[in-house]
Amino acid sequence: MMYTRSSFTAATDNQTSQESVTLSNRRDFLKLMTGVGTGLTIAVNIPPVLAQGSDSGRNRLENTGKDGSFAPNAFIRISSDDKVILVMKHLEMGQGTFTGLSTLIAEELDADWNQIQPEGAPADTARYKNLHWGAQGTGGSSAIANSFEQMRIAGATAKTMLVAAAAIKWQVPAAEISVKKGVVSHDQKGYSARFGELAELAAQQPIPETDSIQLKDPKDFVLIGRSLPRKDRGKTNGSAIYTQDVKMEGLLTTLVAHPPRFGGRLRSFDDSKARTVKGVVNVVKIPSGVAVLAKDFWSAKQGRDLLVLDWDESQAIKQDSKALMDQFKRLAEEPGISARSDGDINASLANAATLIEASYEFPYLAHSAMEPMNCVARVNEQGCEIWNGEQVQSMDQGAVANALGIAPEQVKINMLYAGGSFGRRANPQSDYVLEAAYIAKAVTGTPIKLVWTREDDTRGGYYRPMNFHKIRAGLDDSGNLIAWDQRIVGQSIAKGTAFEAFMVKDGVDATSVEGAYNLPYQIPNFHVDLHTVDLQVPIQWWRSVGHSHTAFSTEVFIDRLARASAQDPVDFRLKLLKQHPRHRGVLELVAKKANWGTPLPKGWGRGVAVHKSFNTYVAQVAEVSLQADGNFKVERVVCAVDCGIAINPDIIRAQMEGGIGFGLSPALMSEITLDESGQVKQSNFHDYQVLRITQMPEIEVHIVASAEPPTGVGEPGTPPIAPAVANALTDLTGQHFNKLPLKLS
Amino acid sequence: MPVTIKVNGVDHPIDATPDTPLLWVIRDHIQMTGTKFGCGMSLCGSCTVHLDGQPIRSCVTPLSAAAGKSITTIEGVNSPAAKAIQQAWTELEVAQCGYCQSGQIMSATALLEQNTDPTDEEINTAMAGNICRCATYVRIRKAIKQAATQLT
Ligand code: FES
Ligand code: FES
Repeated sequence: MMYTRSSFTAATDNQTSQESVTLSNRRDFLKLMTGVGTGLTIAVNIPPVLAQGSDSGRNRLENTGKDGSFAPNAFIRISSDDKVILVMKHLEMGQGTFTGLSTLIAEELDADWNQIQPEGAPADTARYKNLHWGAQGTGGSSAIANSFEQMRIAGATAKTMLVAAAAIKWQVPAAEISVKKGVVSHDQKGYSARFGELAELAAQQPIPETDSIQLKDPKDFVLIGRSLPRKDRGKTNGSAIYTQDVKMEGLLTTLVAHPPRFGGRLRSFDDSKARTVKGVVNVVKIPSGVAVLAKDFWSAKQGRDLLVLDWDESQAIKQDSKALMDQFKRLAEEPGISARSDGDINASLANAATLIEASYEFPYLAHSAMEPMNCVARVNEQGCEIWNGEQVQSMDQGAVANALGIAPEQVKINMLYAGGSFGRRANPQSDYVLEAAYIAKAVTGTPIKLVWTREDDTRGGYYRPMNFHKIRAGLDDSGNLIAWDQRIVGQSIAKGTAFEAFMVKDGVDATSVEGAYNLPYQIPNFHVDLHTVDLQVPIQWWRSVGHSHTAFSTEVFIDRLARASAQDPVDFRLKLLKQHPRHRGVLELVAKKANWGTPLPKGWGRGVAVHKSFNTYVAQVAEVSLQADGNFKVERVVCAVDCGIAINPDIIRAQMEGGIGFGLSPALMSEITLDESGQVKQSNFHDYQVLRITQMPEIEVHIVASAEPPTGVGEPGTPPIAPAVANALTDLTGQHFNKLPLKLS
Repeated sequence: MPVTIKVNGVDHPIDATPDTPLLWVIRDHIQMTGTKFGCGMSLCGSCTVHLDGQPIRSCVTPLSAAAGKSITTIEGVNSPAAKAIQQAWTELEVAQCGYCQSGQIMSATALLEQNTDPTDEEINTAMAGNICRCATYVRIRKAIKQAATQLT
């Protein structure tokens, strides 16, 4: 979904070398994100602290919540009725983060899982920032990774204070008190109390220094590592509230007419017919188009259909996808900006016994979250309040403040469940959030709900960028891989956004080349370069970002090299991964679990791929079969994942299953294309096809046991599936694939 | 002229044009938000409700076609099949983002109300109209089978 620091690292598995973002860059980032120099203190290069900013010197009363509850820090509130409210700094969009973060706190707090109630955090960068970014936001599969220590410290701090309270109450030494499942007890004297009974007294205890907090030895974990039930409930009875479901007195629904082509602008409009629709209340012009406001969705939609719009398309894109791809191909004939260069690529290619070359084409992709983009906003004298499946608070808060000419603190953001995002709700331009803010401003005092239809969502841009890759490689006469030269052509996601300052280095956007420039295979002569193309088509991160295309080109090509030198695809990879034990670990595990090398039924093929993204290692084996109608079917996928300590194995499995299913859509059927007039051809699920249950393979997930710090699982399941399927199809048919979606010839 | 529709056993007078899709009548007029908007074109199944016991896509069903009929939404569905489905959904942790799941559950419930022992093929056919972008399909299959065992 978004950038993590790993994107900047050299080709290494070493976690500690990934801290290469400099302090000044990080400051600039936040400044850019919030649009102004807010002077916020950012915790950089100091141990993760509880997000209080100024713990020392706070007086004890501040540990007390409004209702006399115990609120030792920004993440925990224990009420006298024994509820433990945990404040979640990351967005729950299906990836299970409410459960994961709650587990970390509850583990050290030794709470009873049943008493835990997560609740979304407000926009407050100082307290709720992502420690990997220095800004508040969710993405890059970083939620658990950045919070692992911070949330446990939060829990342990609260527990220490509860124990101190019990020690006073019972007049016993704190060391003799134990805590288990939400009960504090002194065994010898037979005292026990639930958290709620101690809340008031605990709130009066001094907050222990972070340095004095002792976290559990992993062997003592009672919650981490268990498949605890999820905490994001209400999703089987319709009671979970998404942005689309917000109700409010006087709320108007609004639909916006956008330009038909990217780069177009409104010249003039006539709303006289639209205003005749019963239920339509207002029509306002905003920078991105014309908004129709009505009492309900259907009236707003009918009103919008009746708008007469005149667009200035002088700056609009007027090429089709093929013309764009041809332009990319021409560029690929010339050297680009080097992203990495080892050895002597030209000499080694010239001397190779076997030279192999291939190219790969990737279309634009829409995220198509099940909940189309939407946002509720209200502007009044106090400022602007937003209700949204909010993914990057710091950025949207700053963007809205800038647009409305108010201070960031005047932008209040309520984070609701998101009906999927896959990166879309972390828009670097805050596109749909700003749209809602402008409309709310135009009707100050009235709350509005901006709703995009599926057509708006499919045609609204901010796609996974289109890409062209070309790879040349050389093998020596014993079949050793001696040279790899990869060229990538595409648009830059970060360029022109707040992320440019620290994601683009010497003209290379890390997200354009991630997964390619840090290819783990040991190759003495290695070169990757990049052409960045500027186009009007808005683009953005899409689940796994650059890995969504680099894993395909590299893993399909490495398979091709194995075949060309008559080597087994798994053995060939293992030989080149001697320095990468965690890649080897998942690859060996998946090969074993998939019975790699054993015969398959007639008409079946098998393929493998391994890829690391966001510091998580995933290998997959796909089995495909030829169908009577000439099509193929993905029958079964075996997946191995190494994400460090497995916080919740069932959620890890769910994310692998979902990541595989998500990656199968572009592998089998999804693409966004522009027609000859430059307009997006697709509009809804009939022409932007996505995976359905009939196409979903059986999936088996195996988790590598690990004591390494936990890493994310939201994205890493996606990259390996398309190459694994392509390699299986090659195994079956002998055909080479150089384009997504995959088509048998 | 307001028409009356019966939703989850309760009559609601509705003041909307007869062509208003039932989905927006349920969501905007009756203010029940469990039924979701995903495509508006009968392509994704998010808006599935039961009309006289049959699963239908409320986004393309006009109010006029629902008048006088009995409508069940995710908030009101409570047949033995529905309860078995909801329980299996929870036990197997099917939902991820959850946005599609009201529709999935309404389709799955309708399937089991008519067929307590569906084959893989029958499950595929009944559920093919329900998209899940989180791709929870493996668990949907499993949960339907698990729920079916509670009903036979
Ligand atoms: S919203 Fe009705 S089928 Fe998609
Ligand atoms: S659970 Fe997210 S779309 Fe189905």
